Amino acid sequence: MTIGETGTPGGTTAGPIDGTAWIGGYPYRELPHPDPEVLVRVLAREGFGGAWVGHLPGAFHRDPAPSNRHLYEAVAPFRAVLHPTPIVRPDWPHWERTLQEAVDRGAPAIRIYPGLWGLGPRHPALTELAEGCARAGVVVHVTMRFEDLRQRHPIDGGSDVLAATVRGLVRREGASPRPVVLVAGAGREVIEEIHWGLTPEEQGRAFYDFHWVWGPPEDHFAHLVRTLGPERLALSSWWPLRLTQQSRALIDLLPAAAAETAAETAVEMPERAPPTFADFADGRRMVARAAAVAQSLT
Amino acid sequence: MTNPATLLMADQGPLIDVHAHFHTPWTNRSDWARYNASRLRAGDAMGVDVHVASVLGSWGYHSPTYFASPEDQTQANRWMLEFAASQGDRVRAWVAVNPNFTAHAEAEITAGMAQGAIGIKLAAGRRADDPLLDAIAEQAAAHGVPILQHIWQDRRRDWPNQDASNGLDLARLAARHPTVTFLLAHLGGGGDWAHTLPAVADFPNIVMDLSGSGIDRGMIDEALRVVGASRLLWAADLTLCTGLTKLRALPYTGASASERAAMRYGNAVRIFPPGTFDRVVARHTGMAGTPRMGAA
Repeated sequence: MTIGETGTPGGTTAGPIDGTAWIGGYPYRELPHPDPEVLVRVLAREGFGGAWVGHLPGAFHRDPAPSNRHLYEAVAPFRAVLHPTPIVRPDWPHWERTLQEAVDRGAPAIRIYPGLWGLGPRHPALTELAEGCARAGVVVHVTMRFEDLRQRHPIDGGSDVLAATVRGLVRREGASPRPVVLVAGAGREVIEEIHWGLTPEEQGRAFYDFHWVWGPPEDHFAHLVRTLGPERLALSSWWPLRLTQQSRALIDLLPAAAAETAAETAVEMPERAPPTFADFADGRRMVARAAAVAQSLT
Repeated sequence: MTNPATLLMADQGPLIDVHAHFHTPWTNRSDWARYNASRLRAGDAMGVDVHVASVLGSWGYHSPTYFASPEDQTQANRWMLEFAASQGDRVRAWVAVNPNFTAHAEAEITAGMAQGAIGIKLAAGRRADDPLLDAIAEQAAAHGVPILQHIWQDRRRDWPNQDASNGLDLARLAARHPTVTFLLAHLGGGGDWAHTLPAVADFPNIVMDLSGSGIDRGMIDEALRVVGASRLLWAADLTLCTGLTKLRALPYTGASASERAAMRYGNAVRIFPPGTFDRVVARHTGMAGTPRMGAA
């Protein structure tokens, strides 16, 4: 029997909203049962109230339209729990219509894969998309990587998304508005390169899925909780690619006191009470932030 | 936060981390003591009874991590053995050696075993099928201890700073030394784990640990299908968080309670010298020895 297959319903929709999940297969290895009805059971088992769901095969397609159709159809029976997050490829004709359809269908976020599309930092298409999402109140979900570099298929030449690409999405330039962004798949170094390269206002629009961050004994996660704050760090399952228990494991292993993770050379930080599960960001909070951004533009 | 009450897991009982590391004062990181304390703290929170650990030279400070100089490795082993002795049953030691220095390696093994080491750690100083490793394997046989071999899952090219081995390399060594148990390191430690499973499936003296930062869904399921629970050992290596995740995932793999107990500690009891973990097991079960489980 496969991990995730035995989940039983019983969760509550009051639980946090998982920011990073997909349905569908992956081109480079077998994924057990990547089906929406299984995801619903797993979310309930793990205490999530719902999930932002992408369509995994579409990340590797040129035209995102068929992938988005599959996504909307697949999650429709589970719409109370599974929230579609379609792909919007800003260098594809009529991407604005794709974004508008996402808004019309109530998508909380859209997915982008600039590393697979060959779109580098400050590409004009990404800039236009960023502005469009800011005005629409839609979160931009960026997948930095799907797998560890060391295990990738030889034909998998897509590079990790650069921190500079994310900074380009978040940074304000003149009157051009910028959206709320969720960064998924980054480790401590990339997260810090983004966060500390932003103004305080910009930092408030960037969230980081922490599924790939290392816990003890390196304690990168504890460090980020201490320096960025739990409110910037978003819960996720990474289903069906990775084991869904990781977010909770990282939180459960946080030390009781910041001093336990502070390097000898670290600057002193104000002591904060250990965060609880509820202190971390989730889909609802990001949606609220994105709505506030859009509201400020009207 | 580090409250054991929050660490809900379906399985209780002994838990042995067969692939752990510590740092020494002779390293390139100023937070070495914090690192060690964090490992012990998190291990306690998770219920780890024993960390079976090694130190790889100076971790790159004086000589490369995977090509440690004899002097660095001697210093590291000495620290590791003294640290293990200071921790009672909580920490046990692998003696790490660089096989390029055969005489030194043999002397380290002899000295380490005399001071309580329970296995031999080989990193990536030489490919696993290199004839230089035969002397190390013979030492393992003589002392009745396993060898923990660093493995790169499906090495398709050379990577910097190591002569990494893959499952096929280790299988050739294991075939030459059928009485020695080889513990294939970190199935989740990078590279393509799917390559490793068939590479070693036909070599029953190769067992593997589940450690590593990789938590691919389907990995444990496939390992259970290809080699079975009797050849899988839970471990954490550099990331206890992914170790906890895998522990919590085990009940959803379809593995039975006895198979999960085998992965948590029973297989470790079997591959290390008799009696190594008797006190630890007795604390939990009131009796020493290997739990009942499937055939090895």
